[in-house]
Amino acid sequence: MDEIFGIPAPLLFGQLLLGLINGAFYALLSLGLAVIFGMLNVINFTHGAQFMMGAFVAWMLLHYFGIGYWWALLLAPLIVGFTGVVIEKTMISRLYKLDHLYGLLLTFGVGLIIEGLFRNQYGSSGMPYRIPPELQGAWDLGFMFMPVYRGWVVIVAIVMCLATWLVIEKTKLGSYLRAATENPALVQAFGINVPRMMTLTYGAGVALAAFAGVLAAPIYSVNPQMGANLIIIVFAVVVIGGMGSILGSVVTGFALGVIEGFTRVFYPEASATVIFVVMAIVLLLRPAGLFGRA
Amino acid sequence: MTTTSRRTLLGAAATAPVWGALPYRSARAQAANTIRIGVMNDQSGLYRDLSGPGSTQAVRLAVQESGITQRGVNVEVIQADHQNRPDVGSTVVRQWIDRDNVDVIVDVPTSSVALAVNTIVRERNKVFLNSGAATSDLTGAQCSPNTVHWTYDTWMLANSTGGAMVAAGGQTWFFITADYAFGHALERDTGAFVRQAGGRIVGSVRTPFPGTTDFSSFLLQAQASRAQVIGLANAGGDTINSIKQAAEFGITRRGVRLAGLLVFATDVHSLGLQTAQGLVLTETFYWDLNDKTRAFTQRLGPMPNDTRPSMVQAGCYSSVLHYLKAVGDMGVAAAKANGVEAVNRMKAMPTSDDAFGEGSIRADGRKLHPAYLFQVKTPEESRGAWDYYKLLQTVPADRAFRPMADGNCAIARS
Repeated sequence: MDEIFGIPAPLLFGQLLLGLINGAFYALLSLGLAVIFGMLNVINFTHGAQFMMGAFVAWMLLHYFGIGYWWALLLAPLIVGFTGVVIEKTMISRLYKLDHLYGLLLTFGVGLIIEGLFRNQYGSSGMPYRIPPELQGAWDLGFMFMPVYRGWVVIVAIVMCLATWLVIEKTKLGSYLRAATENPALVQAFGINVPRMMTLTYGAGVALAAFAGVLAAPIYSVNPQMGANLIIIVFAVVVIGGMGSILGSVVTGFALGVIEGFTRVFYPEASATVIFVVMAIVLLLRPAGLFGRA
Repeated sequence: MTTTSRRTLLGAAATAPVWGALPYRSARAQAANTIRIGVMNDQSGLYRDLSGPGSTQAVRLAVQESGITQRGVNVEVIQADHQNRPDVGSTVVRQWIDRDNVDVIVDVPTSSVALAVNTIVRERNKVFLNSGAATSDLTGAQCSPNTVHWTYDTWMLANSTGGAMVAAGGQTWFFITADYAFGHALERDTGAFVRQAGGRIVGSVRTPFPGTTDFSSFLLQAQASRAQVIGLANAGGDTINSIKQAAEFGITRRGVRLAGLLVFATDVHSLGLQTAQGLVLTETFYWDLNDKTRAFTQRLGPMPNDTRPSMVQAGCYSSVLHYLKAVGDMGVAAAKANGVEAVNRMKAMPTSDDAFGEGSIRADGRKLHPAYLFQVKTPEESRGAWDYYKLLQTVPADRAFRPMADGNCAIARS
């Protein structure tokens, strides 16, 4: 058997693939954060709770209404996105004129409250959610056993990232959004309803988090803490990619998934820390992040 | 006008401490006849369901059933969240003992917190009834005359689950270990068994705790090692994710067996029987084990979040019940004055309750009772909610826990 750095090659290829899969989650979550920060200038610390809500809503749809995975993939982001709209309308919109820190504290608090409510209602150990029958099974790739569901996650995540990027960079709606970030008063003078656009952007970012939550439900434990565990890594991804950069968050998400995957082979104890080491190095050399504008 | 109001304010501020102290002083007079029980555990994190508010509920039942309040003794139960952090746990316990006159600390899951509390309670000569923590060091190198380790420990899990796995032909092992005190102890104790039974450890990986959600990389490494058994030396959410992802990657379908070294009924509930079926695990209490455990579950009433009592919660009930028996026996004043004496009285009396049956407490503080090796039922075998286990074998009390001589406990040698 061929070996690379003393590790069997098949194992290394396997880790590369797994890294890409985890990177897909990082990319999808950091994408939502980047969209919200880019357009609203709000650091959305509720994102982890909204990711968790996506998974929980999928479980509730199945448990209470018998609605399965495929509809949940559509409905959960809509439902959670709507709660995002309510939060933006009633709370976040009041903070746009203040320092970033206020938005950060508000969203952090809202996130803690949501997690607490779910924990009170459903306990901490989590709910079962199975892989849909259409996506069960696995392919034997020779070097590893690749579950169909993980392949699906990567493909959907890439499609979603591309679609979001296209909407923001290539459509008229996207150009309004970008213009509104630069100069809201001017855009409003052209007859565009900027506050509503902000609200819908926040709703869309939240819906992306919920979508990632539904994707995660069959493979991770669906519990109230699931978002809190992931969100810190995702914030590091956003910082490395450059706050607010869509392309940056996607590319960094996948890249860091791979780096983390390799660390798990060479030095597993450090696999939770390696992302923050990368973050520190990037911040020293390029304070605005890899893709950010200084 | 302004001066008078300011003077009034100042005067009020000066007398405020006295007002605060007045009810406190009268409480002091009453305190001589009051036992204060502090239940400290995880109220907000991953161990909430298996300890948390359910433990307090179990303690309250024990107080009620002990009958001690009818004999004129006041018992107060208070609770706190240690957030699984040793610093938070230590602060709470110091305040409880030094300021609030708490006499006995109950539960305390998370080994790192339990070891910290163990030291403080010994310094202050109070009583520590540990139900939630796993590390066998509590009755080994760090044993204390003020501590009783009630429900389970890493040695007993390794002995029962690990022993059964080796006996069933699992000769080569790979460990996926949570990288902190508990995971290390569980890996150490299980590894010793495997080697003693003629098995071999072919590798292990330490996973960061907390903060690992994806275990597939580690599972693939385990698979690449060609071990027959993957030992999961972790707990709670880590175990759930490991088992869920092992099923997803078809690892168990290829003949590799998973040994969940610490699995609670709440974990099985979270996994669902479809994923958890066939898993072999060890507990010392299961709500549906016999008529007595069912009666106990019935008396306990509805649990938070519609769970069933875990062995940790049952241990809180059983340990407090026994402690209050000892208090009734020796008198409140004597029990409050000297924690070591209270624990010695507990050790001198045989234990008996519906949750664990008959048992005893050894000189090193280890509570002895049988351990049960269970297998998780298939969805077809399960007849209703929380009908999860079938009993494979019972390890009798005298063989379920580490022999006292092997523990290196200083107080047991003297």
